Amino acid sequence: MSVTGFQSGSRRSAFATAALDRRRLVDRVMQALLVLAIAIAIVPLIAVLGYVLAKGIPGLRITLFTKLPRPVDLGGGGMANSMIGSLIMVGLASVLGVLIGVGGGIYLAEYGHGRLAAAIRFFADVLSGIPSITVGLFVYVLLVVPLHSFSALAGAVALAILMLPLVMRTTEEMMRLVPETLREASLALGVPRWRTIVSVVLPAALEGIITGTLLAIARVAGETAPLLFTAFGNEFWQRSLLKPIDAVPLRVFKYAIGPYDVWHKLAQAGALVLILFVLVLGVAARWIAGRRRLSER
Amino acid sequence: MSSSPLAARREETRRALRGRRGQWSERGFRLATLVAALLVLAVVVGLGIDLAWESRDAIARFGAKFLVTRTWDPVHQQFGALPYIYGTIVTSLIAIVLAFFVGVGAALFLTDLCPRRLRTPLASLVELLAAIPSVVYGLWGIFVLAPLLRTDVEPFLHRVFGPIPVLGSIFSGPQIGIGLLAGGVILAIMILPTVTAIARDVIRAVPVEQREAAYALGATRWEVLSRVVLPYARSGVLGAVILGLGRALGETIAVTMVIGGRPQITHSLFSLGYTIAAVIANEFAEATYQLYLSSLFELGLILLAITMLLNICARVLVWRITRSAVGTVAL
Repeated sequence: MSVTGFQSGSRRSAFATAALDRRRLVDRVMQALLVLAIAIAIVPLIAVLGYVLAKGIPGLRITLFTKLPRPVDLGGGGMANSMIGSLIMVGLASVLGVLIGVGGGIYLAEYGHGRLAAAIRFFADVLSGIPSITVGLFVYVLLVVPLHSFSALAGAVALAILMLPLVMRTTEEMMRLVPETLREASLALGVPRWRTIVSVVLPAALEGIITGTLLAIARVAGETAPLLFTAFGNEFWQRSLLKPIDAVPLRVFKYAIGPYDVWHKLAQAGALVLILFVLVLGVAARWIAGRRRLSER
Repeated sequence: MSSSPLAARREETRRALRGRRGQWSERGFRLATLVAALLVLAVVVGLGIDLAWESRDAIARFGAKFLVTRTWDPVHQQFGALPYIYGTIVTSLIAIVLAFFVGVGAALFLTDLCPRRLRTPLASLVELLAAIPSVVYGLWGIFVLAPLLRTDVEPFLHRVFGPIPVLGSIFSGPQIGIGLLAGGVILAIMILPTVTAIARDVIRAVPVEQREAAYALGATRWEVLSRVVLPYARSGVLGAVILGLGRALGETIAVTMVIGGRPQITHSLFSLGYTIAAVIANEFAEATYQLYLSSLFELGLILLAITMLLNICARVLVWRITRSAVGTVAL
């Protein structure tokens, strides 16, 4: 780096002072720009949250949670079926995602130290970067075409695929943090390896795994793209898992791009519900993670 | 790194355990977890094969011309991906340029300037951006961002850049709010948390001795950041940018809502456009015949290939810098 212009000996020339002033000025300006950068980064957050709160709160009526969608002339109704549909699909996806994700994570943490494990880790990372819409295409071919219908099952599988790499890598990382001495203590008592993993290592890592899982659920709960041609959407109640079902993001999408003011208001209220759901999960995850950190101190 | 006592001990435990594998419960459990892990592999490979297989008709019919054809005409069975590729690249480039400056700036602020007490709250605020669902961004984009672009930003850009020969045509045309620019800005906001978080990780991984040495030479804070920290973290920051780009390319719903949905190639950022992900989202459910569906699958295949490639590059870059940093810190 350039050191010309630094003060030399005990005497400072006018030139050196000027250069130093200039460097200080550049420093100030650039530091101010960095402050500006973080400010700009936070503005959209406030803008989006503020907008959804301001526009969504008036729409938070009981009917939103209890009524089916109705024609615009009749006030538009609510999105009760979408909410139940979302809960069903996110619930089912969580079961699938956690079973497979935690299982895979256990393998990577406890048995995985070869080339195969490295490959699986790599593919998990690749999967977490794949566009969610292509996952929708994949599940369309995998389930919708063979079953001859869009379905809640297909939607749930698409969401589960998106959750999978997140849950798996968190499980692996959290289980690796469990001290080796704990495993040794259990093994020394004659406990089989798999029992050691299930009853000693897994519980010790549980809070971290729950945190990661909640964050993964929060991420997929707001997904729209993978549901477009898997769950498809539905104006009515749907009891069967093998028939098209609605979801809150799908309904918000449909209403937001529609032409009616009534629809826009419903979309804003739906967006608020969606954000609240995601934020509650996020806060819960952070709270669990924070509690763990405190207890470690 | 591998010679640390902990790792050696872990290896010893593992070796001692090998003898126990014979029991069926032991084997069964291991096998079950292996199957779960292999499912990830199966999904990724299956996804690739699946999209390739489903696009066979379009590939056979159009070949490489698919990539450079400008018409997309379902009525006359003519399909070309160029307008979508163009729209995807333009919106992603806008996004990555904006997110680069803001994201890396924010990351530098968080690692080197921010008072310790504010560091975590500010970082989690930026990360909160990633928690907002895509469809909510789209809603906000339609009702807040697009009107703002129409009434203020686009006229301003036109006034400033309009008179300049080449830039002028980029910032001209009807000012309608929705379009390529709106798509790019929405994407920039959506990838910002990714770029910021990863840039922060790699910048934080720059050894403190590097900074101290520069300060000891009398460098100002900005000189330390621009000439020591950033060059050191260069490949990692590049990785953050590429990872953000991968996100931007594949992002669907928010862009679909503000891009306008017109497959055209124009020089103006103000005009309506279309992206690969958006056309799949809009037309897939209405595609009525095999070749149409197949063409949409091929678009999906293109998207998958590009994002996978970018992701792999990015992960290698980020992994290289953070891994070496962890090595030195652990010692």
